[in-house]
Amino acid sequence: MTTLLRDLYNTSAEFVRTFGAFQLFSLRLIRHSPGILVSRFDLVVKQIFNTGALSLVIIMVCGLFVGGVLGLQGYSNLARFNAEDSVGVFAAFGLIKELGPVITALLFAGRAGTSLASEIGLMKATDQLSAMEMMAVNPVPRVLVPRFLGGVIAMPFLVAVFSMVGLFGTHLVAVELLSVDVGAFWQQIQITVDMHDINEGIFKSIVFGVAASMIAVWEGYNAVPTAEGVGRATTRTVVITAIVVLVFDFMITAVML
Amino acid sequence: MQQTRSVEIGTGLFVLLGMGALFFLTTQTTGGDDFSADETYRVEARFENIGSLRNRAPVAMSGVTIGRVTSVRFDPVTLEAVVQFVIDSQFDQIPDDSDASILTSGILGSQYIGLRAGGSDTYFEDGSEVLFTQSAIVLENLIGKFLVNAGSKDED
Repeated sequence: MTTLLRDLYNTSAEFVRTFGAFQLFSLRLIRHSPGILVSRFDLVVKQIFNTGALSLVIIMVCGLFVGGVLGLQGYSNLARFNAEDSVGVFAAFGLIKELGPVITALLFAGRAGTSLASEIGLMKATDQLSAMEMMAVNPVPRVLVPRFLGGVIAMPFLVAVFSMVGLFGTHLVAVELLSVDVGAFWQQIQITVDMHDINEGIFKSIVFGVAASMIAVWEGYNAVPTAEGVGRATTRTVVITAIVVLVFDFMITAVML
Repeated sequence: MQQTRSVEIGTGLFVLLGMGALFFLTTQTTGGDDFSADETYRVEARFENIGSLRNRAPVAMSGVTIGRVTSVRFDPVTLEAVVQFVIDSQFDQIPDDSDASILTSGILGSQYIGLRAGGSDTYFEDGSEVLFTQSAIVLENLIGKFLVNAGSKDED
């Protein structure tokens, strides 16, 4: 009984400690961010390329098919009410407000988050970070902050591309395949969607971008410096990002609705 | 050097594509504000029932949007809905006996205020009130009336 209690105490104390350490780590990242953004923009550009430009293919392919399936599902359900023309609205709301930010964040965690975490973890395992410290180079602004900023900057653009390609996918399915009238399709979207909805999507994408990049960088930086540790860090990156993104999505939607 | 150059080109293309997508979303999927006027004047109208009219609903005359609803409130004394809307100042020759009705675009579309010109020589100005209004048509009431009618015909 006492060991059980002690275990419980140790686990919760460890949880609180990790949580606190994460907050301090985030503050360090954010404190260094403006300086790096100005003085080492070349490093940030390289990371935008790594996390953003290299994720484009997966984002666009997934967006096309998500939009297409929204078109199919929306059409078959709306057809029961003779409201097939509204399939565009259905897909536009779904993509811009929810699926765009959420699926992009999940794909981002899988494509870019894992590579960030494993890259940093491997640098740590091969003592590259310690070597930098020996040379009086602080690895936080030099290695971590550009990767964090790259993710934060790339994310809103990825979400926008996802939503746009998704709408195009819906257009392909609904207009070309199921012969919904093209004018009604776009006009309904333009009447119903307004700037507020797009702002909600952009706000979500920024929040998810910060969360996903920060978790990836944190997991990599705190990986146990062994092959197994790096592997676990990448796994944890995906799991934690998925949970955080979906919980945040619920909270933001509840607040903004 | 070649390496950095292709990275920079790739990043530039990526950011341009992202901005293009954002631009597409903001301009093509929103109706934007098809009504944007620098100078407007306020007009009030009282309705018995406004249906589901809400803020920012368009105010149209002959089908063209000339204004926008700015506030909807309830008058506790007269027990009516008071709708305040603004009209673009360039349309300053709307007769003040024009009537306002709440219409629906399409069968299940959103509601808007439709103005129909009257014949007066004086015009709406800032703070005017619409004298003749027609409430929103509530589908349920319409169906109710229809059913009552159908029922009374059977008895004849």
